[in-house]
Amino acid sequence: MSEQGHEHPNETHPAASSEQDRLTVSRRWLLLKIGIAMNAVVGVAITIPVLKYLFSAIKPDAEYKSWVSLGPIASFPVGETRLAKFTNPVRHSWDGETDGVACWVRRVAEQEFQVFAINCAHLGCPVRWFPQSQLFMCPCHGGAYYADGSRASGPPERGLFAYDARIVGGALQIKAGQMPTLSNTAKLERPKFVQIDGAHTDEAKGDSPCRG
Amino acid sequence: MSRMKQIYSWLDARLQLGKPLMEMGEHPIPNRTASWWYVFGSAAFTLLMLQIVTGILLALVYVPSAGEAWNSLNFLNHQLTLGWFLRAMHGWGSNFMVAVVLIHMAQVFLFGAYKYPRELTWTLGVFLLLMTLGMAFTGQVMRFDQDAYWGLGIGASILSRVPWVGGSLVHMMLGGPIIAGATLSRFFTLHVFVIPGMMLAFTFLHVWMVLKLGINEWPMPGRVVRRSTYMAEYHELTAKDGRPFVPGGVWKDAVFSAAILAAVAVCAVVFGPFGPGGQPDPTIIQTAPKPDFFFLWLYSVLSYLPPSMETPFLLIAPVLGIAALLGLPFYASEGEKSWHRRPIAILALTTIAVSWGVLTHLGTYTPWSPHMDAWSGGPAIPARYLQTASPLEREGAVVFQAKQCRNCHSIGGYGGERGPALDDIATRMTEDQLIRQVLQGGGNMPAYGKNLSPAEVTALVRFLQTLHPANEPSAADAAQAATQAGH
Ligand code: FES
Repeated sequence: MSEQGHEHPNETHPAASSEQDRLTVSRRWLLLKIGIAMNAVVGVAITIPVLKYLFSAIKPDAEYKSWVSLGPIASFPVGETRLAKFTNPVRHSWDGETDGVACWVRRVAEQEFQVFAINCAHLGCPVRWFPQSQLFMCPCHGGAYYADGSRASGPPERGLFAYDARIVGGALQIKAGQMPTLSNTAKLERPKFVQIDGAHTDEAKGDSPCRG
Repeated sequence: MSRMKQIYSWLDARLQLGKPLMEMGEHPIPNRTASWWYVFGSAAFTLLMLQIVTGILLALVYVPSAGEAWNSLNFLNHQLTLGWFLRAMHGWGSNFMVAVVLIHMAQVFLFGAYKYPRELTWTLGVFLLLMTLGMAFTGQVMRFDQDAYWGLGIGASILSRVPWVGGSLVHMMLGGPIIAGATLSRFFTLHVFVIPGMMLAFTFLHVWMVLKLGINEWPMPGRVVRRSTYMAEYHELTAKDGRPFVPGGVWKDAVFSAAILAAVAVCAVVFGPFGPGGQPDPTIIQTAPKPDFFFLWLYSVLSYLPPSMETPFLLIAPVLGIAALLGLPFYASEGEKSWHRRPIAILALTTIAVSWGVLTHLGTYTPWSPHMDAWSGGPAIPARYLQTASPLEREGAVVFQAKQCRNCHSIGGYGGERGPALDDIATRMTEDQLIRQVLQGGGNMPAYGKNLSPAEVTALVRFLQTLHPANEPSAADAAQAATQAGH
């Protein structure tokens, strides 16, 4: 502040001291530029780890997923669809109840299972199974799915998300770990296990073709 | 008194704020602008202050942890002295703030106040609106109940539709692979540090510009904004027909702000705090998640959009909408301000307001959602429908009830509204049409061909055929009628 103060009167002085002054000022500008450049270098050096920290949650799906057991297959009667619960393999002690995940297990035959995500393929609300009408219904925007997970009606544009499933030592296992959404589960367009009725994998647009 | 003066001059010698503040207070505003129409901006500011104060007070107790948040809110509601009142003030303050900001924006739009030289004031205002909505959404997450949990799921599902980076965006939003502890922590950070910090900075600049550029004059038909002449005209107006801002205009702001605060307090006392609802246990699936009031319209939109339009709509419409709001003052920075000369502006505002109202209203009773326990929980099919029914028709009524038809179709005034009410279905559909509809579905109805035995279908359709008013015959096939006529 005070330095600037005595610069101003100098400007009115004649040639010699003005030349001196010009050099001083341009030297100070240079120093400021060096200062800014140093900040830029340090800034970039700091920003890189900060960004890495910030984006650390972004990982390939495979890193979040692992095989989870849903219990002995005997607990799922053939021909029925039951709610199963498991603890998400990626969890923290401060998650509270939110590390619990539910899914629908449909035992098609002795060794044949379909495991559907609880999350509606529309916008993720929890779908409910109605054994009487053999439909999954979504409470949010009225989506409905058939027993094999294929789309029946409403806003969803596809069938329910299905987990990869396998039977190991008499227990049913699924590949789980992250919330199923269109970005990570869309590739599982068809459930892994052979279906009883092949005609049902078509992603019908509005009304489904005759299935009578 | 002179003691006060001494303290004042001691302070002002150091703060140097007296003169600029005095100038601000004395700057002239047009006489007609000292109107009740201009109180909404200051009311929004007052509400922001209220939210900050009540928010800090709640943060003294609230635990931003997925495992404990819900418990700490219940503690606030039920155990801590007047904790419920603070929660209610913060919740109602939020609703009032969104409402007042929207009204403020509509008024500014209607009065053409976004035109030269106040374009940037409007632009910052648009960001302030977005941040206010951001606060409302992140605030709903702070409640961390079932609705908050599934609301996050909806948010994540929307983000997942973004091409290429959808998956990464979901991970960023949730802080991991699922909605859990990390999710609440980052929403807490947004709600308490990031957005409020930006809001304060933007609010400061927004108000600064209003004070420096002067408040918009009352729009008059024929008084056209031109960049070259506007400033001179405005200063002439305030010089000739103006009054100092303090107290000439600000007293109304003060009165209205007090009224708004009183209204928030009354709502808080009368209606109490919002939630928390059910505990955030994702394995409890008996829930019908619903967003807060100001997001209900979006809920309706998402229910009515055809599946094929949804992703483009979700991704493109917000961008277009925000671009339109931001671009408005640059597209129309000159010209008429008066609503008498801006029919398209009026039409646009009315259309938006009416559609918003209709969608919000629909969102309050969700006619598109099946009533999940209408088949088991409600009154039985009225006896008058069954009095003269044959055993087969009664069997059909049992099928109707047991197969959850009622979750989507009401009968006797009870049931879902997803599908049409069926009290007079027989007058609209023939036997063949009914059978086809049941077996194949269509429209928005699933096909039941695989889920009903032929005998059940027959019984059900027989029952449906009895559903017509006594004085109205049931629909008949043209072919059937012809055959019968031939006899
Ligand atoms: S989330 Fe299921 S229909 Fe929208």
